[in-house]
Amino acid sequence: MSAESTVILDMAGIRRALTRIAHEVLEKNKGVDNLVLVGIRTGGVHLARELAARLEEIEGAKLPVGEVDITLYRDDIKGHSAHLPVGKTDIPFSVEGKKVVLVDDVLFTGRTIRAALDAIMDHGRPACIQLAVLVDRGHRELPIRADFVGRNVPTSLKENISVKFDANYAPAEVVLEK
Amino acid sequence: MKSFKHKDIIALRDLTKEEIELLIETAEGMREINSRDIKKVPTLRGKTIINLFYESSTRTRTSFEIAGKRLSADTVNITPSSSSATKGETLSDTALNLLAMKPDIIVMRHAVSGSHYYLAGKLPNCSIINAGDGAHEHPSQGLLDMLTMKDRFGRLDGLKVAIVGDITHSRVARSNIQGLTKMGSSIYLAGPPTMMPPGVERLGNVTVCGTMKEAIQDADVVMMLRIQQERQGKTLMPNTREYSRYFGLNPDNLKLAKPDAIVMHPGPINRGVEMSSYVVDGDQSRVLKQVENGVAVRMAMLYHVAGGELE
Repeated sequence: MSAESTVILDMAGIRRALTRIAHEVLEKNKGVDNLVLVGIRTGGVHLARELAARLEEIEGAKLPVGEVDITLYRDDIKGHSAHLPVGKTDIPFSVEGKKVVLVDDVLFTGRTIRAALDAIMDHGRPACIQLAVLVDRGHRELPIRADFVGRNVPTSLKENISVKFDANYAPAEVVLEK
Repeated sequence: MKSFKHKDIIALRDLTKEEIELLIETAEGMREINSRDIKKVPTLRGKTIINLFYESSTRTRTSFEIAGKRLSADTVNITPSSSSATKGETLSDTALNLLAMKPDIIVMRHAVSGSHYYLAGKLPNCSIINAGDGAHEHPSQGLLDMLTMKDRFGRLDGLKVAIVGDITHSRVARSNIQGLTKMGSSIYLAGPPTMMPPGVERLGNVTVCGTMKEAIQDADVVMMLRIQQERQGKTLMPNTREYSRYFGLNPDNLKLAKPDAIVMHPGPINRGVEMSSYVVDGDQSRVLKQVENGVAVRMAMLYHVAGGELE
């Protein structure tokens, strides 16, 4: 479908970005106390697990990782030509009073994040929610910003950014398609 | 990617295998909501659902109402005693009057088979979901039954499902036959000859058995149907005691099925007639699990017709 595609982050680049984000998360929160990770299905979940592994390497503590599916919280239910299947939300811990780091692969309009915030709030009242994304491609339609960003990539609306994962769900590369 | 493009859900016969899979998978995702403290998502906010029940129902109507409410839709119930049908209004007139109030989805149960197709044709801008029409289909029951079987076995393909009882009057049996055939299960039917419709084999992968034992032998699922005393005269069977002797499920004949088989019943149960209380309350019974799955399945149905494209 795409005539041109450029790899803007390879596996090593993604790994370095996640390691830096892990350090930033620890710095901002002064450790891992009361910290939980929630990934947005499906890309964000794989990244959240990677991030949890990085945090464990650095701090030696295993953080709980939840998954949130935002399909039921979308603002565009009507008018989907291919109606989206509902995935499973699985947050096997209480978010009440926790510091939640929400993880997604690409930050674009901000609508997905808005939906995810509502979904998490329906599970309880966290102390705070911080946002970590691998790529911020701009074009926000809502007043939302990320606390931790792997790479800022200015894009045009015609371009598309996707994060590819390998067979073991490890992030393999970030591709810009024109 | 699987997609769902129907305005209405009237019969499992009208759906493809992929669409049935999508509905079951969606219901699996919906179940998580039902276990939360706050059992509500904003998905269908601002949508109006009318539950129009021309036949009595507790389970199905309540289940559809809860399903709608958990998706944040506004639900209104109309029951036979409160509807204008008792004053002689036709189905078509009732529907057009309701339509003037701009509902998004009408969930209807009606005694006449096929009435939903008639209504769907009249109402191009409103989705119709069948909650049971005569002896035709009861798609939400078929879907929740399949979800309950999938929970136990992880698959539907290759299962042996015995359906025992009054097949003639059973829309539950017909929806299960349509759905399970598409999913690759084999269906074995048993019941008194007076309650076995001729030609039922043509509906799907169906074998009609002479005795109940034959049907439940090595079955993975034993589904018992309710004796619908309101729908028949005394001519179809001599009495319930005799019926129970030949077509009732008890701990003894349940041993003929596979050791890990599950027992299902669409309810309401006539205890001691279709099933002994030992079986209803036993370990193999999935009767309450079926009811629990019913809410999730109906949420999935409402979600997909609300989002599906209008033709």
